[in-house]
Amino acid sequence: MANPNTTQYSILNTQYSILNTQYSILNTQNMNYNVNEKGYYGEFGGAYIPEMLYPNVEELRQNYLKVMAEESFQKEFHELLKDYVGRPTPLYFAKRLSEKYNTKIYLKREDLCHTGAHKVNNTIGQILMAKRLGKTRIIAETGAGQHGVATATVCALMGLECIVFMGDVDIKRQAPNVARMKMLGAKVVPATSGSKTLKDATNEAIRDWINNPVDTHYIIGSVVGPHPYPDMVARFQSVVSEEIKLQLNEKEGRENPDFVVACVGGGSNAAGAFYHYLETLEVGIIAVEAAGKGVDSGESAATSALGKVGIIHGSKTLLMQTADGQITEPHSISAGLDYPGVGPMHANLFASGRGEFISITDDEAMEAGLELCKLEGIIPAIESSHALAIFENRKFKKDDVIVVNLSGRGDKDLDTYIKYFNL
Amino acid sequence: MNRIKQKLSENKKLLSIYFTAGYPKLDDTVEILQQLEKSGVDMVEIGLPFSDPLADGPTIQASSQEALKNGMTTDLLFQQLKDVRKIVSIPLIIMGYFNPMLQFGVENFCKKCAEVSIDGLILPDLPLAEYEEHYAEIFKKHGLLNIFLITPQTSEERIRQIDNTSEGFIYMVSSASVTGSSDGFGKEQESYFERIASMKLNSPLIVGFGISDSKSFQQATKHTNGAIIGSAFIKMLSEKGFAGISSFIKSIR
Ligand SMILES: Cc1ncc(COP(=O)(O)O)c(C=O)c1O
Repeated sequence: MANPNTTQYSILNTQYSILNTQYSILNTQNMNYNVNEKGYYGEFGGAYIPEMLYPNVEELRQNYLKVMAEESFQKEFHELLKDYVGRPTPLYFAKRLSEKYNTKIYLKREDLCHTGAHKVNNTIGQILMAKRLGKTRIIAETGAGQHGVATATVCALMGLECIVFMGDVDIKRQAPNVARMKMLGAKVVPATSGSKTLKDATNEAIRDWINNPVDTHYIIGSVVGPHPYPDMVARFQSVVSEEIKLQLNEKEGRENPDFVVACVGGGSNAAGAFYHYLETLEVGIIAVEAAGKGVDSGESAATSALGKVGIIHGSKTLLMQTADGQITEPHSISAGLDYPGVGPMHANLFASGRGEFISITDDEAMEAGLELCKLEGIIPAIESSHALAIFENRKFKKDDVIVVNLSGRGDKDLDTYIKYFNL
Repeated sequence: MNRIKQKLSENKKLLSIYFTAGYPKLDDTVEILQQLEKSGVDMVEIGLPFSDPLADGPTIQASSQEALKNGMTTDLLFQQLKDVRKIVSIPLIIMGYFNPMLQFGVENFCKKCAEVSIDGLILPDLPLAEYEEHYAEIFKKHGLLNIFLITPQTSEERIRQIDNTSEGFIYMVSSASVTGSSDGFGKEQESYFERIASMKLNSPLIVGFGISDSKSFQQATKHTNGAIIGSAFIKMLSEKGFAGISSFIKSIR
């Protein structure tokens, strides 16, 4: 039986582990799969930004590691994660799910974070960063609205002005999250350009940042965008795998599972779950993408399968595009996975073969989501349901220990569940 | 001698026009170029449309989207420009985002540019460091000048660095803004133009973004070598078509 106090101590430990242990977020040694000093993961990453953004991004690049290393930053970050977000989130052994698939499945319960998803780990980190950089105005993009809500939340917490860009189409699809953002005091600005979804909301946020270069910080919602964003967001999310190590040790007497599984939109929850395992090759990394109506259906968001190397939102990575280099519109039933690119860390995990990439259709994800409700009493976000759906086809050994990052809860998706299952 | 350098040596305030290839109609490119030259324009930026133009405001976003809908592609642009040098002799620059060029192949893109006598490229999202490390050789081999941007926020140190790498001119973005804002220029821009001019850079300065009429053209070129008009020209083109080109250009200077 694990001593309940151990968990207490492990939270405190995280304050220092970030600086002192082998898992340090400041560690840059021996990194084959993490970012290098030029901002690249293998051939992916970099900062392909117009000169107008150079001062902002450069300011961040020069300061982010320094600021994160400050003791006062560490203290504030971890206190907020603990007292406000509710960390550590449980690592829950899913007994009935494990029985069904004849293997050992643990769920990392990011769905229990305040605001309902892992997104808030990043927004807490970035709002503290913004404050230390003297910024007074916060902008963000959002697709499903989860990142928008997480940003609006931390802005309310810190009393900063908040503007969230959201595709016009998504505003109509995700009305409850739009209302949440407004209640939290954010201004929601419709993105009416292009296809009026997440990629266009991101374009609008970038344009706003060009127009407001001095007082504004852009809180990107995933491990995408120009360097240092992918690295900074990954470090803020790395608390997920930091906790998994400690918690798995308590439960199984080992820090390393056989596999870590996470869904990938831009890839922030996956980056967090993989982070401290990237260089531990005996831990299998499984990234789950949205196949939409099928990888070859023309309505998919399976970037690793369909993408080619290119530039999107300031990063060289894999993205879905025409032969002529025009970025194409993805499809997924889950708005959070409906992105035509993928973070450069994941592009490199794919290209190098370090990660196993699986794509899951809308239908498979919906069934897996409902199954988790029935077997474990947990209603998952449809994004997370993609990760859960791999067990139907991907077989594991009976004594394999698998950690699935349950990135969010399904409240925001009730409408979609209701329509899909005629509830 | 490269046509851009030649033109810059003429010692006059240059008027340059940006338009989106494939807009309003797919095959308008050469006709627009011809009309612009006839109207006395000194240089042209031909916009290669991109699905996600990060640095552009609503007007150029819309013209780009429309051009893509019309069927504009990189390949087609080079086809359209195949014989352009038989009728147009002013400097021609292709302005676009880096991804379409990357998909076409940077070497292949530059080679095609040389074949149709393009003089330079403006690629806002190809950073200085990447250019120098990976692409400068290729550009030079094909006689293409790469034009860099600076903004009111660019540090003096970086401006010097850009100046040392620049060969044609430096594209001075008028204000912290995407393209197409037309609030006119105030004290802030005035002192920015003066500040940069007083740096005595090697490269000539051409101002772009937010220039829409004779007044803003005068203000932008008081301390610099010229100015570029984009969104205002495209708006005019949407409203009046080819027939409006000549009087629009005359109204500027
Ligand atoms: C619950 C949940 N999971 C996953 C994602 C996908 O983002 P990422 O791949 O950055 O984790 C989202 C995005 O909105 C989300 O809300």
